[in-house]
Amino acid sequence: MQQFEFTGAVLPPAAEAARGSIRAFLAEEVAAARFQPHRCTWSSFDSGFSQRLGAAGFIGITWPEEYGGQSASSLTRFVITEEILAAGSPCGAHWIADRQSGPQILRHGSERAKREILPRIARGECYFGIGMSEPGAGSDLAAVRTRAEKVEGGWSISGQKIWTTNAHHVHYMIVLARTGERGESRHEGLTQFVVDMQTPGIEVRGIRDMAGNHEFNEVFFDNCFVPDDMVLGAEGDGWALVTGELAFERSGPDRFLSDYQLLVGLIDAVGPAPDRLQAVEIGRMVAELASLRRMSTSIAGMLGRGEQPVVPAAIVKDLGTGFEQALPEVARRLVDCEPSLGAEGPFAEALAETVLRAPSFSLRGGTREILRSMIARGIGLR
Amino acid sequence: MTDTQNEMAAIVAEQAERLFAGAVSRERLEAADGGPFDTQLWTEVQQMGLPLALLAETEGGIGLALGQAFGLARRAAAHALQLPLGETMIVAALTSTPAEAPATLALAKDDGALPSVAWGGDAAQVLVADAQGWQLVDAADVSTSERRNLAGEPRCDLTRVAEQGRSVAVPDWLSADTDSPVEALRAVGALLRSVQISGALGRAVELAVRHATERQQFGRPLSKFQAIQHMLAVATEESAAVWAVSDAAAEGWGRPGFVLRAAMAKSRAGLATGRVAAIVHQIHAAMGFTREHELHFTTRRLFSWREEFGSDALWDEWIGRRVCAAGGAALWPQLVASTTAHATGEDAA
Ligand SMILES: Cc1cc2nc3c(=O)[nH]c(=O)nc-3n(C[C@H](O)[C@H](O)[C@H](O)COP(=O)(O)OP(=O)(O)OC[C@H]3O[C@@H](n4cnc5c(N)ncnc54)[C@H](O)[C@@H]3O)c2cc1C
Repeated sequence: MQQFEFTGAVLPPAAEAARGSIRAFLAEEVAAARFQPHRCTWSSFDSGFSQRLGAAGFIGITWPEEYGGQSASSLTRFVITEEILAAGSPCGAHWIADRQSGPQILRHGSERAKREILPRIARGECYFGIGMSEPGAGSDLAAVRTRAEKVEGGWSISGQKIWTTNAHHVHYMIVLARTGERGESRHEGLTQFVVDMQTPGIEVRGIRDMAGNHEFNEVFFDNCFVPDDMVLGAEGDGWALVTGELAFERSGPDRFLSDYQLLVGLIDAVGPAPDRLQAVEIGRMVAELASLRRMSTSIAGMLGRGEQPVVPAAIVKDLGTGFEQALPEVARRLVDCEPSLGAEGPFAEALAETVLRAPSFSLRGGTREILRSMIARGIGLR
Repeated sequence: MTDTQNEMAAIVAEQAERLFAGAVSRERLEAADGGPFDTQLWTEVQQMGLPLALLAETEGGIGLALGQAFGLARRAAAHALQLPLGETMIVAALTSTPAEAPATLALAKDDGALPSVAWGGDAAQVLVADAQGWQLVDAADVSTSERRNLAGEPRCDLTRVAEQGRSVAVPDWLSADTDSPVEALRAVGALLRSVQISGALGRAVELAVRHATERQQFGRPLSKFQAIQHMLAVATEESAAVWAVSDAAAEGWGRPGFVLRAAMAKSRAGLATGRVAAIVHQIHAAMGFTREHELHFTTRRLFSWREEFGSDALWDEWIGRRVCAAGGAALWPQLVASTTAHATGEDAA
């Protein structure tokens, strides 16, 4: 009847306890005016926030203790993540490391990589970039041309990545590079590397986005050395690995909560006595959000059971980014307010931020079209 | 839930599925469409004990877990079952009586009118909600003027001809949410319709996927065209969203906070219905626009059900007013509370 079911995940007591502590932490941050909720989310890079969060024990919590974690469940991590997002906190610095790079190293990294890197991520001190896209390899990721050649004691990487979020701030990137022939499947001969951004032979050039922010970058590699123990998995396993990494990247509540504070602002801008149009439209957005949150808890449950919910994550990401993009469209029709980054007030600012960011929601982490094609394969059409 | 209870539920689900798959044939759906009540099929449904699925064992029911009981209503809807199974299940549970004859729910207007009651002319008993409270009324005490919904299911305007009726207490978990007995029963009906819509959406997508794989144009199956693939991906997403949010609502049965869960489910179900119906009809094209093809049994029900017990617009407004009155900061905790799964075994009811 329904190919992909999202059975509800019951949150264990530990997860609910974590909700209490993260809420207390965030309330204190807001009280101390350390961030402005309406401007911030996982694209705001604030290492101070990440360090305080790490010190309070909210990063890398699912990893084993020996690597700086707490062996907590995926559901506990889910709760912390959703609270951080809903609060509109500036969580961008550590986000990628906690969400995908750390888990990738834990699964596929060498002992040294795990010991040296994971505890630092968990402390909120070590940040990562995603080295997948290239000028000629966007949706068609298997077309990457950055090459790694075997050299004494390691590998030498040459080539170019693009759209690398935070490359100018981060300590490491996980780079997908070609180490052999593509083969008939086009997926052979790829390998992932943990690249230290301090290594000679790396040049980062910023690219300003349409909102004027410098978040993503071009990254050039010229004979950049990576030691053998910074290879993830085995040589040639890169495609399977990168697919797994993307599953981490797509599976979380960041795919529908990045502009949650705009909804909060909208409700407050409308006030306690909405007219019918306002009530209907807000009610509808809330109902959509309810279905997304429910599906997202379900995915956290699947991750907790060790499943790889690739298609379910694609479903939630596509629905979620659609919701995020619809939100400013609804908001601007309900409140007479020109979006503005100036001093017109928090709602105008939140609206402006979101309008200018919204086009990226259905691009990063795999475009809407690519996700829909994955879902189509999942229901047996391809 | 113990293992034995789970096994029992699995057996009931399997038997029900077999009954629906075998007995709800094209011919019988066609016959019921604007035609008489299928008494024979009701007898079979009754013999399986399905009307008592939601009633606790201690009250003479079979006491399935909520997900399992509403799962039966979903399954029935996926087959377009032409009977008031869900309504009867609910009346038995709300009145704590193991009555297996067809029963239904009626919401009174301010002037006392009882419009558009599902199977109002076939039900032996009607649970009526008006401003004063709930009453269980016998068929003999109402007069009926029959109408049909878009799917040809009976929807009758009832008039009470006698004052008799057994008064039924609105359970605490409902009166905690709303002091309107009518709104309380409307929410109950909204849950039922959203669960049914989820089943029908799943069915509609299944039919469209099948059609896309079988029908060939330009020398290949429709399913090979990316435009078609993406439409079906969207339909799958929408259906999945309604399954998820209606699960959350079904779980809320028996607990305070139920009305919001039901409201969100009905709202999302109404939204998805328009989107999915457009897609599945586009893919079936002319064939799906005929009376001959089976698709309309599902889509006409969807078009009717999304209006019943409050349209999505009605519930959207209800949610919106509450959310705005509470203010932006109150939304997040509310959202968490109304979408988090309750542990089975902790089932109330
Ligand atoms: C804000 C932002 C941050 C990003 N951060 C990172 C990062 O940190 N690291 C990183 O590696 N990448 C990053 N990206 C890149 C992102 O992953 C790519 O933009 C994305 O994969 C799409 O690639 P592209 O932009 O080259 O578009 P293209 O692949 O050229 O696609 C263009 C259009 O064609 C469509 N299309 C392509 N192929 C198909 C097909 N087979 N069927 C149907 N339609 C198709 C696409 O959906 C899209 O609409 C970021 C992007 C953005 C916007």
